Amino acid sequence: MRVVIAEDLFLLRDGLTRMLQAHGLEIAAAVDNGADLLAAVTTQAPDVAIVDVRLPPTFTDEGIRAALAARKQSPNLPVLVLSQYVEQLYARELLASGSGGIGYLLKDRVFDSAQFVDAVRRVAAGGTAMDPEVIARLLARNTGNASVSALSPREREVLALMAEGRSNVAIAQRLVITERAVAKHTASIFGKLDLQPSDDDNRRVLAVLAYLEG
Amino acid sequence: MVARSRPRLTPAAGLAAAFRGLAFAGLMLAGVGLLVVLFASVILIALGVGILVVGNGMGPAKRTLLALLILGAGLGIGRFFVPSVLVALRRLANLTRRLAGEWCGVPVAEPYRSAPAAEGTELNYAARLRWLLGDVATWRDLLWVTVNALVGWILAIASMALAVTGVVLFLIPVVSHVVPPAAFPGNTKPTLAVLGLAMVATAVLAAPWLLRGYGLLASSMLAPAGKAELALRVRHLSETRTEALDTGAAEIRRIERDLHDGAQARLVAMGMTLDAAGQIIDSNPDAARALLYEARDASVKALAELRALVRGIHPPVLADRGLAAAIQALALDTPLRIHVASDLNGRPPAPIESAAYFAVTELLANVTKHAEARETWIDIRHTDGMLRIGVTDNGHGGADPARGTGLRGIERRLASFDGVLAISSPPGGPTAVTMEIPCELSLPKTSSS
Repeated sequence: MRVVIAEDLFLLRDGLTRMLQAHGLEIAAAVDNGADLLAAVTTQAPDVAIVDVRLPPTFTDEGIRAALAARKQSPNLPVLVLSQYVEQLYARELLASGSGGIGYLLKDRVFDSAQFVDAVRRVAAGGTAMDPEVIARLLARNTGNASVSALSPREREVLALMAEGRSNVAIAQRLVITERAVAKHTASIFGKLDLQPSDDDNRRVLAVLAYLEG
Repeated sequence: MVARSRPRLTPAAGLAAAFRGLAFAGLMLAGVGLLVVLFASVILIALGVGILVVGNGMGPAKRTLLALLILGAGLGIGRFFVPSVLVALRRLANLTRRLAGEWCGVPVAEPYRSAPAAEGTELNYAARLRWLLGDVATWRDLLWVTVNALVGWILAIASMALAVTGVVLFLIPVVSHVVPPAAFPGNTKPTLAVLGLAMVATAVLAAPWLLRGYGLLASSMLAPAGKAELALRVRHLSETRTEALDTGAAEIRRIERDLHDGAQARLVAMGMTLDAAGQIIDSNPDAARALLYEARDASVKALAELRALVRGIHPPVLADRGLAAAIQALALDTPLRIHVASDLNGRPPAPIESAAYFAVTELLANVTKHAEARETWIDIRHTDGMLRIGVTDNGHGGADPARGTGLRGIERRLASFDGVLAISSPPGGPTAVTMEIPCELSLPKTSSS
């Protein structure tokens, strides 16, 4: 799998490169600004781009804008955005930029390399990787929602993991329950939220996220 | 308060202006009432003293008694009514100032000195009188009431008087047969009708201008005099400067404490954990690994704390995209249905942006905590060199700035930028808070990517 990295801090760029290489991913290019990212995406045609939100020259939301531009330029290019903080506003914009192949994670998540690489692979495969903090805030925002309140605590856990973009297998492993139990929970959740059930993991995630963003 | 550059000239506006003129005449009468009480006190005292000194042919005992009675009445009014009357005069003058802004398009600032500091206690009589009479603005108010009673009101009611004359003397005789046509040489029904209509039309067209003139006349006496205005400004600036410095210092102390108790402490603990791991890494690799993971988790927590701290100092979206987007992001994080409308095409100066953002944060926190609102509307716009933010909720109202420290705090912070906060929150709702901060917008940053 070929990856392009855009990160302006040398230490982090270097660390990310080495970590991904250690997990068998190929680094096609590692750049430090948005313009170079767009060029690298065109020339290298990577499987996934990993982009820091703050990039030169403005050090504001350059990374988000570069990610959106890259996805416009190469439609459905999987992009994983990393940031020191997560904002729902940006999560929304990223999710709206195409169907799937989007990740938005806190930089801290790289501390757990296995999980992080898993998220990279998921995004590269057209899936979703939303940071647990984004999901926690989405759920907090829905506390007044009667349908969400009707969920059992276990169902809420499953909902949160599902919204992060995890598959049934991954949810089962995480909660130490069987896959069948997860399937039962998801069916119940979709029933309570009145959503169309779908076998397609990615479509399922997007439906849940769209519902929570209401 | 919207300062219009020209009065609108429509029949409806003219008619409204004519009626507003009548209302001003009503205020004039109230002013005369207050004036009578004030003069009664002065005249009675003078009369009492006069009789006592000069006498008027009565017997000495009778004379003294009468003089003391009159003097007593004058002093009594002075003792018990004059301060209240002076305060009522201020209220009346303030009402006139407000209406001059709203109706005449001539905003008039309040010129009074604030009451001498007396924490929580009522001022005694002498201090109160000294405060009221020592203020040049009180005397200018009195001048206004007098001028208004002599000539001002004529300006106020001129348009209505003209219109009524036109209708009563010329139009009614034409359409009704009850009253015979007004008698002047050579009058016919058509001339009467034309004259009457012309008078009404002139009155309606002139009314807004006459009202504007009345506003200017009021402003010439009710607005702060040059020196008084400067003094007010200096006092306002030094008060808000002190408050801004205090707030800034308190903020820095809070940040220092948060860093000291939070991230710094966690880093120290991490260092110690890593050291412990290093010492046992050969003898007990499993325990060392557990310690390393512990250190990693501590670093995650330290980062989370730093993140929360940064959010409290300068929220990322505010830095990235400015006020409207930051408030939009805030709305997404609040469990209320919030509608944000904005027409900013540019960015206010960073300190104002930040103050406005935290003011909105505070207001939304209030709405969430107290109002039991289902929906909130936030409106951000910039007009006439003024950043205006309105926050309206459909909760149960009854917000009182005097009770909560939150609203007071916002008011104080906005005051550093000459900003003001107005709140309307009748019991039963809705609550509408409007903030206004004078500022210019910088041009939108051109996208560099």
